[in-house]
Amino acid sequence: MIFVTVGTQLPFDRLIKRLDKWAEAHPEHEVFAQIGEGGFKPKFIKFKEKIGPIEFARHFDQAELIVAHVGMGTIIAGLENSKSMVLVPRKSGLGEHRSDHQLDTARKFEHFDLISIVEDINLLDEAIEASLKRDANVFDKAPLQASPELIEGIRSFVLSD
Amino acid sequence: MVNQSLEGGLSKAPKVLLLSSSGGHWTQMLRLLPAFESMNMTFACTDEKYRETVPEYPFYSIPDASMDSKLMLVWQAIKVFFLLLRVKPDVVVSTGASSGFFALLFAKKMGKKTIWLDSLANVDKLSLSGSRIAPYADMYLTQWPHLAKPEGPKYLGAVL
Repeated sequence: MIFVTVGTQLPFDRLIKRLDKWAEAHPEHEVFAQIGEGGFKPKFIKFKEKIGPIEFARHFDQAELIVAHVGMGTIIAGLENSKSMVLVPRKSGLGEHRSDHQLDTARKFEHFDLISIVEDINLLDEAIEASLKRDANVFDKAPLQASPELIEGIRSFVLSD
Repeated sequence: MVNQSLEGGLSKAPKVLLLSSSGGHWTQMLRLLPAFESMNMTFACTDEKYRETVPEYPFYSIPDASMDSKLMLVWQAIKVFFLLLRVKPDVVVSTGASSGFFALLFAKKMGKKTIWLDSLANVDKLSLSGSRIAPYADMYLTQWPHLAKPEGPKYLGAVL
């Protein structure tokens, strides 16, 4: 199953439209998408506008591939679960977000083996197909903890007078 | 050490309110939990469904809002204010976004200890809330070393 998520805030029609076309051409792949509220409704993809965190975790666990916007929730869950991710940054010029910070985030995380960044939506199909062939299990999982210095620093601060 | 019991003769464990919006902010905040081990934790989120991620703790939902709706921001600020009166935390922690900004602003004015950890998503500059939170954050942190400044935010590490 391919799990698609665009986060809690805004729809991402450019991504969902392209994926709908891809799903139409690839009926052998099951796709489930969380598409956000008030956007384009796909015809060839099962979808919900919103899903809760437990359902999100379940889809994430079952997915062979994640296709998503460049959200931190997605990146953290993907690295924790060692999932291949194809991530498309939202562009403010296209009304997809209030700023272009997803482009900056993308550049900081694209060095992870598990992450493919697709800035040109026309390259999405080949990124999906390449990622489906990749075995995510060969990659190391991200450490499941925040950095000890951060945790210890916050704890000391809370306990200080 | 994170696992040790509360050190230093405190008469009772501090009450910590952890508050953020749903999605990535929340995911990042939950990764800080070892810092508050054996303290008295309460959670608040802009989505009621996130109650199920912290089933063993008290949980409150607050209204969602963004810069797109000033009216919702005002409503959110009011609800966050009354939440603080109700929970009476000693410490307020947030990773964002606007709800966390309001929580720290009011908490600081009420004399509580406040902690802001700006989101990892803000790579090139601090978040909108994070760039304005300095006067209200006793501990003011970024997760990117290149965004740290002598006057704050400080960099101690990241949640990943």
